[in-house]
Amino acid sequence: MSLDDWILALHVLSAFALVSGMVLFWIVIVAVRNVDTVGQTLAYGRVMGVGTPVVLAGVAGTILFGAWLAISLDRYQLWDGWIIGAIVLWAIGSEVGRRSGVEYRKALPRATELQAAGQEGASGELRALNRSPKGLLLHTVSTLAFVLILIDMIWKPGA
Amino acid sequence: MSTVLAATRPTEWNWALLTHVGGAMILVGGMLTATTALALARGDARVLRLGYWSLLAVALPGWIVMFAGANWIYSEEGWDDLPEEAQPTWIGIGWTTALFGGLLLLISLIVGGIGVARLRRDKGSWLLKSTMVISIVLLAAYVVTVWAMAGKPD
Repeated sequence: MSLDDWILALHVLSAFALVSGMVLFWIVIVAVRNVDTVGQTLAYGRVMGVGTPVVLAGVAGTILFGAWLAISLDRYQLWDGWIIGAIVLWAIGSEVGRRSGVEYRKALPRATELQAAGQEGASGELRALNRSPKGLLLHTVSTLAFVLILIDMIWKPGA
Repeated sequence: MSTVLAATRPTEWNWALLTHVGGAMILVGGMLTATTALALARGDARVLRLGYWSLLAVALPGWIVMFAGANWIYSEEGWDDLPEEAQPTWIGIGWTTALFGGLLLLISLIVGGIGVARLRRDKGSWLLKSTMVISIVLLAAYVVTVWAMAGKPD
C-alpha cells in the first residue's frame, strides 16, 4: 500500500466514524423523545456522550486526510468544484451538527440539578428539553449535508 | 490503485457503490450504538432494549443494504467473471466479513432477543452481555474491513 492508499483508507475510516456517530445520535434522538425522568435522561446522555468524540474524530479526519489527498494526488486539486463543494458542505454539516449537540445537551445539566434537588420523578421540562424541535431540525440539516458529501465523493461531478 | 479505480469508474456503477457504502455506514452506526448502549446501560432495562433494537432495526437493515450493494457492484465490476484465486485480498476480506459478520449478527440477535424477553423477569442481562461482546468483535472486524476496502492492500 502506498502512502496515498493509507491516507485514503484513513479518510474513509474517518467518514465511517462521522456517519456512525450521526446514526448513534439519530437513534438516541428518537429514543429520548418520550423520556421525562432524570435517570433515563442521564442514561441516554451516557450513550450520546460516546457519539461526540466519534463524530469529532470523523469531522477532523475527513477534512485532514481529504485535503491531504487533494494536494498529494495530481489528478485532483483543492480548488476543483466537487472538492470545494464538499468542503462547504463539511463546514455547514459540522457547525450545524455542533449546534444540534448544544440543544440536546441542555437536558443533562437540568437533569443533574433535578437529581441534586431530589426531584427524580417525571418532569415536563425534561421532556421538552429531550424533544428539542430545534435540535431535531439542526441534526436533520447536518445529516443532509453529510449525505450530500457522500454523493459528491462518489460521483465527483466535474472530475 | 484504488484511486485509479475511483477516477475511471463508470457513472452507472455509482448507484451500486452508494448502496454498498451507505448500507455499510448504517450497519456500523447501528453496531456502534448497540455496543455503546449495552456497555453503558448499568442494568437499565430501557437502555439495554435500545442497544438490542439498534441491532435489530438499524444494523440488520444496514447489513442487508450493504450486502445487496456488494453483490451489485461485484457484478458490475466483473469480479464474478474471474476465478476466485485471481481476486484481490481486499475482496476476500470483504466477503469474509460480510458473510461471517452476517452470521454473527444473526446469532447476536437471537441471543439478545431471548435476553430482552427475559428482562421482564429481571433475567437475561448476561445474554445481552454476550450480544455486546459479539457486537464489539463485529465492530472491530468492520474497522479492519473498511480499511481493507478503502486502502485495497494486495
